Amino acid sequence: MDSYDASESTPRQSTSLRPEDYFIGATFLQKRLESVRKQTSFIPTPPRRKIPHCSQLQEDVDPQKVAFLLHKQWTLYSLTPLYKFSYSNLKEYSRLLNAFIVAEKQKGLAVEVGEDFNVKVIFSTVLGIKGTQRDPEAFLVQILSKSQLPSENREGKVLWTGWFCCIFGDSLLETVSEDFTCLPLFLANGAESNTAIIGTWFQKTFDCYFSPLAINAFNLSWMAAMWTACKMDHYVATTEFLWSVPCSPQSLDISYAIHPEDAKAIWDSVHKTPGEVTQEEVDLFMDCLYSHFHRHFKIHLSATRLVRVSTSVASAHTDGKIKILCHKYLIGVLAHLTELAIFQIE
Amino acid sequence: MSVLRPLDKLPSLNTATILLVGTEDALLQQLVDSMLKEDCTSELKVHLAKSLPLPSSVNPPRIDLIVFVVNLHSKYSLQNTEESLHHVDASFFLGKVCFLATGAGRESHCSIHQHTVVKLVHTYQSPLLYCDLEVEGFQATMAQRLVRMLQMCDGHVPGVSALNLLSLLRSSEGPSLEDM
Repeated sequence: MDSYDASESTPRQSTSLRPEDYFIGATFLQKRLESVRKQTSFIPTPPRRKIPHCSQLQEDVDPQKVAFLLHKQWTLYSLTPLYKFSYSNLKEYSRLLNAFIVAEKQKGLAVEVGEDFNVKVIFSTVLGIKGTQRDPEAFLVQILSKSQLPSENREGKVLWTGWFCCIFGDSLLETVSEDFTCLPLFLANGAESNTAIIGTWFQKTFDCYFSPLAINAFNLSWMAAMWTACKMDHYVATTEFLWSVPCSPQSLDISYAIHPEDAKAIWDSVHKTPGEVTQEEVDLFMDCLYSHFHRHFKIHLSATRLVRVSTSVASAHTDGKIKILCHKYLIGVLAHLTELAIFQIE
Repeated sequence: MSVLRPLDKLPSLNTATILLVGTEDALLQQLVDSMLKEDCTSELKVHLAKSLPLPSSVNPPRIDLIVFVVNLHSKYSLQNTEESLHHVDASFFLGKVCFLATGAGRESHCSIHQHTVVKLVHTYQSPLLYCDLEVEGFQATMAQRLVRMLQMCDGHVPGVSALNLLSLLRSSEGPSLEDM
């Protein structure tokens, strides 16, 4: 009864022997495809049955190369497919964007006191940040200040960084034609004015559309559960949650910090299906936290809104800000965010 | 008594009683005010409750329609609704219960997935209405709609009964069978 088109997968009702096969690399993609397909063909969308979040780091990702992506706060945007974007024209794009930025700044549209007009724009690809071979390569845009002095650091300071990526974006890739490049997730770090200028240039050049990606409380609780479930050798940060209590005149914030090992212990006690995270487990995990809090403080956290989740893997804020701390789970976190971005585009 | 039954009290002459159950006091109060402004051929009585069972001190007349209000921004309201549903007799669900989901407009504030509510409502075979009670225009329309539904449920509209209305309102497309 399920629309299982894949040749080697069998209907879900068949014996429990088959599910083990799902966790082999080859059929991982199939299962992912099915879950994403089921989401989009269903109105209203059901609570997702998440696939294994374990690290999917491709062999060719060099931890050194992606180190600059970690420990920085990124603002998230979702981006519609780019029309006639070509990876071979990156130098050309750098030049055009550079000219555009200089023109915009001279127009006085983005005036910052003491701004150095000598900026350099660099486009580069980031290899390995993709989920499957079909995903387009991630690419990076950096604005560097050109230093006037002929000193060793010819490159200058990085003023703004933005990168585009697509992890497991199959549901989107299938729907667009050849001329489009799908990179639905855009992450920016740096001055908001620069983000706006870059955004305008991309929108004009490639006929795409940026929109800020907000993460609602439902998705944040999923992230909390999935990141707590990640196996870590050592924890670098405590697990922290922040809730916003809707009350007038000003909203109150409640912050709740747990030792990461305790959080993992709670997760292990609710986690039943190996390799998969289900809606019930996420709800149970959050309910454990809520009931513990209620027992001590008689406050129903479930009536408040979760705005921030911070774990050793990553931290996310409801306004669409994310900081990734662990390179092992970089792809997993990006995959989830790509899914949210695609959902927003659709 | 702890369980609400639809037919255990005698109907009062020319009155229609609606019970609104939900945790969002301010929103419900505004909805009630809008409803009381509506034209109703019979006398309209509105009861508000945070949850069921109703406290023993309260003795409401026969209730014609129960509306459970779920706020999609708050998991607590969903849990509260689920617990209250246990205190309603099964015969109420033949058209005299309806669910109202509020807060779907602000997607960024949603703590519950819409599907969870849809599944709950489907289990109870009752209609689900969506309305952003925070927006005045929608609230006024919903108040009108609820008053009309109430009139049908309490028999003041000739030729239409609560069960008729239920079969018209229930959407044929529920959650896929495998999720049930």
